[in-house]
Amino acid sequence: MSDVSASLSPPAAPKKRVKPRGALFDPIFSVLCAAAATLLLSALAGVMASLLIGGWPAFAKFGISFFTSTTWNPVTEVYGGAGPIVGTLITAFLALVLSLPIALGVAVFLTEFCPSVLRRPIGVAVELLAGIPSIVYGMWGLFVFAPVFANLIEIPLISWAPPGSIWEKIFTGVPNGSGILTASIILAIMILPFMAATLRELFLTVPPKVRESAYGSGCTPLEVVWSVTLPYVRRSAIGAVMLGLGRALGETMAVTFVIGNSHTFPQGIFDGGSTIASTIANEFAEATGEMHTAALLALGFVLFLITFVVLAIARALLGSAKNG
Amino acid sequence: MLKTLTAALAVTAIAGAAIAADLSGAGATFPAPIYAKWAEAYKAQTHVGLNYQAIGSGGGIKQIKAKTVDFGASDKPLKVQELKDSGLFQFPTVVGGVVPVVNIPGVGPGQLKLSGAVLADIFLGEIKRWNDPKITALNPGVRLPGLPITVVHRSDGSGTSFLFTTYLSMKNAAWAQKVGGNDSVEWPTGQGGKGNDGVAAFVRNTIGSIGYVEYVYIQQNKMSFVDLQTRGGQFIAPTENAFAAAASHGDWAHAPGYYLLLLDQPGADSWPITGATFILMYDHQQNPAVGEGVLKFFDWAYRYGDGQAKALSYVPLPEPVKAQIRKAWAANIKGPNGQPVYVSR
Repeated sequence: MSDVSASLSPPAAPKKRVKPRGALFDPIFSVLCAAAATLLLSALAGVMASLLIGGWPAFAKFGISFFTSTTWNPVTEVYGGAGPIVGTLITAFLALVLSLPIALGVAVFLTEFCPSVLRRPIGVAVELLAGIPSIVYGMWGLFVFAPVFANLIEIPLISWAPPGSIWEKIFTGVPNGSGILTASIILAIMILPFMAATLRELFLTVPPKVRESAYGSGCTPLEVVWSVTLPYVRRSAIGAVMLGLGRALGETMAVTFVIGNSHTFPQGIFDGGSTIASTIANEFAEATGEMHTAALLALGFVLFLITFVVLAIARALLGSAKNG
Repeated sequence: MLKTLTAALAVTAIAGAAIAADLSGAGATFPAPIYAKWAEAYKAQTHVGLNYQAIGSGGGIKQIKAKTVDFGASDKPLKVQELKDSGLFQFPTVVGGVVPVVNIPGVGPGQLKLSGAVLADIFLGEIKRWNDPKITALNPGVRLPGLPITVVHRSDGSGTSFLFTTYLSMKNAAWAQKVGGNDSVEWPTGQGGKGNDGVAAFVRNTIGSIGYVEYVYIQQNKMSFVDLQTRGGQFIAPTENAFAAAASHGDWAHAPGYYLLLLDQPGADSWPITGATFILMYDHQQNPAVGEGVLKFFDWAYRYGDGQAKALSYVPLPEPVKAQIRKAWAANIKGPNGQPVYVSR
């Protein structure tokens, strides 16, 4: 013991302090990191500003009716974005409702029940699904999924719905497989692998000790998931879900192919609708009128705001969950 | 290793030299396949390439106005005033047709006959079932079911929609007043499919539907096309000859700025919804060599490109129209010294 303390004691002769080897690059490194962050922020601000400036003529001319009117008439140059705005919210919300339980199921299966031989292949498959380009989902949705969906789901449901009931209203629409619900299902499939993969990673961060002690005290797997795993990752899980919602809000090509593209309010879940992103994708290339371009840019700005509000609400929820 | 690198550099250098002389254009998607075909053959002969970006007619007009390309391309001709304001000159290249298609059980290609006015009533949503008296009156002997009609239109702005809706405006006052003609309009009813493919898919999937596509798609997809009524009252089928007839009946000589829609042309054999696609370029060329290059390319295409156009189901312009356009090039497109940049021989 005494030997060790002796060897650790400072040498008697004073020595010049040596700088660590990497010290020279530290300021450069921190400047580079700050530059990266600034670049990101200024890109965000730049996009927002140019959307607002580009869309300003539409906001100025139509005012509040840009948000309340469903008239979208390129001939008379009168634009109201209520149809696409509502369509965006409905499809993203439905997609989330459809995909969240499945994503949770996949993640729980992979972490709790899956035989370890299967774990890797399924995990890789989930990640591969996330890598499929949007346009491929769109083509598949239009040419493969829509006809099957029409024959197996839409036509039976429409003919089953009792006349005059609420079901008849919900199932209104042309039974050709396109419409709000089809778009939501395609969206759900698209955000599913992303959310499942993130949730699985989150579940894996729960220390085995915690879960094992829950099992040890006699919990069933359901109880472990519900009262140990989920509360443990709750904050990050909400973040993962919100990122999925963000992707659903902005998804473009796949939705454009299957949503039916009408600018009015959808009458039922089988009816055609439109989203902000699909409207821009459809019309931007051929928008020659100045007001038409402005209206599309204004819609883009609204989408920006919606995404921002969703993220802000997510943050607020997280904050209250933390305090409560 | 070094050898490969040198070789690669040499290839890049040659490619770079070739690119410097290449022509650039952007715009309409409808003629993109034939421009690509022409460019390939032209490059083989002259070593001058064409970089054409099919970004849509609206994009083409924006790009030529921003002077980022040597020429723009649009399915929708610009009005004379707009040409004058922006200093542009336009000329047609090839002709195509828009064809209504239906999906009615028991009704094959060419069995249904419609007039422009009734077609507009269907797209207005005023005629709701296939056995409506207005439709059956035009189709004696055809058994039409009482199915509800589902209208399918293009969701994206397009020259196809421009021709279709402008034709409906010409034939039906209610359509002209409520909807009008444009590359995208506020559709009174129906569903929108993205592109010709999207419309074709929706029509195929929906029993009782009617849509409209470019002619080439009914051949690819074996769809049930509709016979339309000509100005003279006959019903004719959409064929390349019918488009050519419409193009030759067009009064190109008296169309200032070549603003000419080939809709509802006279002649018993003229398909009513025919349209040309156009090239836009500046009438004052800052760099005469560039203007000359563009005109040389299209002159070559007029001369040798008809076969390729027909193979892709486009209709070439009639010879007299081509001769007029060649004269118009010499008279209108000038370099900084006031001399024509290119005179066709």
